[in-house]
Amino acid sequence: MFKIIRKRALTPNVKLFEVEAPAVARKSKPGHFVILRTHEKGERIPITLAGNDPEKGTVTIVFAEVGKTSIQLGKLEEGDEILNFAAPLGKATPVKKYGSILCVGGGVFIGALLYQAKALKEAGNEVVIVLGARNEEELIFVDEARVIADELYLSLDDGSMELQGLEFLPEVLGKKKFDQVFAIGPTSMQRELAEITKPLGIPTIVNLFPIMVDGMGMCGACRVTVGGRTQFACVDGPDFDGHEVDYEELLSRMKVYTPHEKICKVLSEEAF
Amino acid sequence: MANLKPEVEMPKQSPEERIHNFEEVAKGYTEEMALEEAERCLSCPNPQCIKGCPVDIDIPGFIAHIKEKDFEASIKKIKERNALPAICGRVCPQENQCQKFCILGFRGDPIAIGRLERFAADWERDHDIDIPEKPEQTGGRVAVVGAGPAGLTVAAELIKLGHQIEVFEALHTAGGVLMYGIPQFRLPKEIVQAEVDYVKKLGVEIHLDTMIGKLYIVSELFEEGFDAVFIGSGAGLPRFMRIPGENLGGVFSANEFLIRTNLMKAYLFPEYDTPIDMGKIVAVIGGGNVAMDSARSALRMGADKVYIVYRRGHEELPARHEEAENAEEEGVDFRLLNNPVRFVGDERNRVKQMELIRMELGEPDESGRRRPVPVEGSEWLLEVDTVVIAIGQTPNPIIQQTTEGLETTRWNTLVVDEETMKTSLEGVYAGGDVVSGAATVISAMGAGKKAAKAIHELIMAKKK
Repeated sequence: MFKIIRKRALTPNVKLFEVEAPAVARKSKPGHFVILRTHEKGERIPITLAGNDPEKGTVTIVFAEVGKTSIQLGKLEEGDEILNFAAPLGKATPVKKYGSILCVGGGVFIGALLYQAKALKEAGNEVVIVLGARNEEELIFVDEARVIADELYLSLDDGSMELQGLEFLPEVLGKKKFDQVFAIGPTSMQRELAEITKPLGIPTIVNLFPIMVDGMGMCGACRVTVGGRTQFACVDGPDFDGHEVDYEELLSRMKVYTPHEKICKVLSEEAF
Repeated sequence: MANLKPEVEMPKQSPEERIHNFEEVAKGYTEEMALEEAERCLSCPNPQCIKGCPVDIDIPGFIAHIKEKDFEASIKKIKERNALPAICGRVCPQENQCQKFCILGFRGDPIAIGRLERFAADWERDHDIDIPEKPEQTGGRVAVVGAGPAGLTVAAELIKLGHQIEVFEALHTAGGVLMYGIPQFRLPKEIVQAEVDYVKKLGVEIHLDTMIGKLYIVSELFEEGFDAVFIGSGAGLPRFMRIPGENLGGVFSANEFLIRTNLMKAYLFPEYDTPIDMGKIVAVIGGGNVAMDSARSALRMGADKVYIVYRRGHEELPARHEEAENAEEEGVDFRLLNNPVRFVGDERNRVKQMELIRMELGEPDESGRRRPVPVEGSEWLLEVDTVVIAIGQTPNPIIQQTTEGLETTRWNTLVVDEETMKTSLEGVYAGGDVVSGAATVISAMGAGKKAAKAIHELIMAKKK
């Protein structure tokens, strides 16, 4: 059992948990994820890690309450325990000196993106950060980003800020030479970003989150086509070359269980 | 002569009944049946059956106790050699092992050793019997990677010799393939849990959610003070066919299909949270036990039509004869001598057809089986909405990738000394599917026993 020692509501349906898991905290790095389960009949869901504190023995997760399991998870309070918490899984992001880096994060994934951006900054890179969300309420961790970023751009899909979507990105990328782009966010955003950086020849790493069951290389539910080859996101990724990912296939595979998720959600709402 | 009577049949659910439930197909002997079957045993002074048992159970010994109606003595006799008898009694291929050597088998039916083993083990579960007394402690500490049949055997063997054992399991439950792979109707999970609980009662500590190679690497286990490490991480990586359309919706690896149904209990969705996106026409590709398990699970989850598509013929099916027969009885449609060429999707990228090519058998290949050769121009389309690929598994590569100096083969299995199961690293032993590639539960347990013996000798030599 893994105790929640801190809980924060970042938006009405995005929560941050700091979870006591000393062994996990010692090994976690940006790019890693956890597979967790909240009860004996529960499903295994992956969540990208958003931080670790080896001295305190804790790791941080940030998640949106979108399905039955994440909604149940969000109902847990400080002092409550998570039944299963298998981590760190996946390959860590290669943190090294690239030079000048653009880090792009969207929505609930901003927590994971900043975990990565902070490590890249500490590795001696110049880090420009772009954060995006649907609206102002969902734009999280802006102050934290300001501390890390050499330059920070904020963008909202609803047009209520100066910058909207990713339309402004070519201009940012044109201002100076970027050596590497990292992106963690909705798949459609990652695809759009990769389409912008590909003709410019800027290497782009995206962190994918297809459907997973075991998260340990056993089931292959998370298979994605990258550069024409099938890869398992859980063990070969979840970071991949964003220019080589077959997004069409990925998006269609991510929708397979949408009807089941709806059933689950409706039934669990009826139960409360 | 009394012993030339045929074997006592075990009651089974009828095919019509059982395809609608996940309950165990074979119901097990009653006491009367067990006594009647045990009576047939000749109690040979020089028993041949033991030669066929990978874990050397004293077979005439435990059967003699059944004859005496001393079932407690019977199960204790089995447990001297085998910590998981309720499992072995159900899933061992006895026809190729102990029963193959039974001399009754030359003129009639061999003794139903597996059914009697199962009877004794099931009797124990219904009657509390004592756990063996805690032996004198040696001070030796052993880390076991993976709580499947190999790992549980090593743990049970070594704890009985007085060593301290910790098992590290990546999944949220112990049991390995017994939990995630073999279906409920063939091996009820409550039985696996009872066997795991027995191993825990012996004093073995099991750490769940702990993936070696990620949370700890092997060298760190030695730094933590373990004297030896046993790797029993199994063959968890599914093979795919690498043909077009394989990533369409509705195409599963057998691992995913079985993990969802068995480990996550998708057949009880939405009571359990994990769903399975299965349609009505299911094609399972492959001819082994995993393929049979997948096909029979699909029927039970409500498929209207289930095919087995296998590139060789009936004679060459690698599944146990009994399993293929069960599948046939239940109405699985075998499309032998066919091999998929590609999968065709609909507008939503879901599989709707499978293109197959007919095969014929040529000369024997290196496996000794006749090689399937495609018949040119014989492609045809089969309407399907779900495909399960059950063409084999290889070891999960994470430990190999993260353990320096661990020698592997080109199939990513570990290289070991066949007698001691020692790997290329000092103090590191391995057994089960991670060494043999996907094989049987009992062969994994046999390997575990060999490794346990070698580990015991290593520790005792060190402590002198």
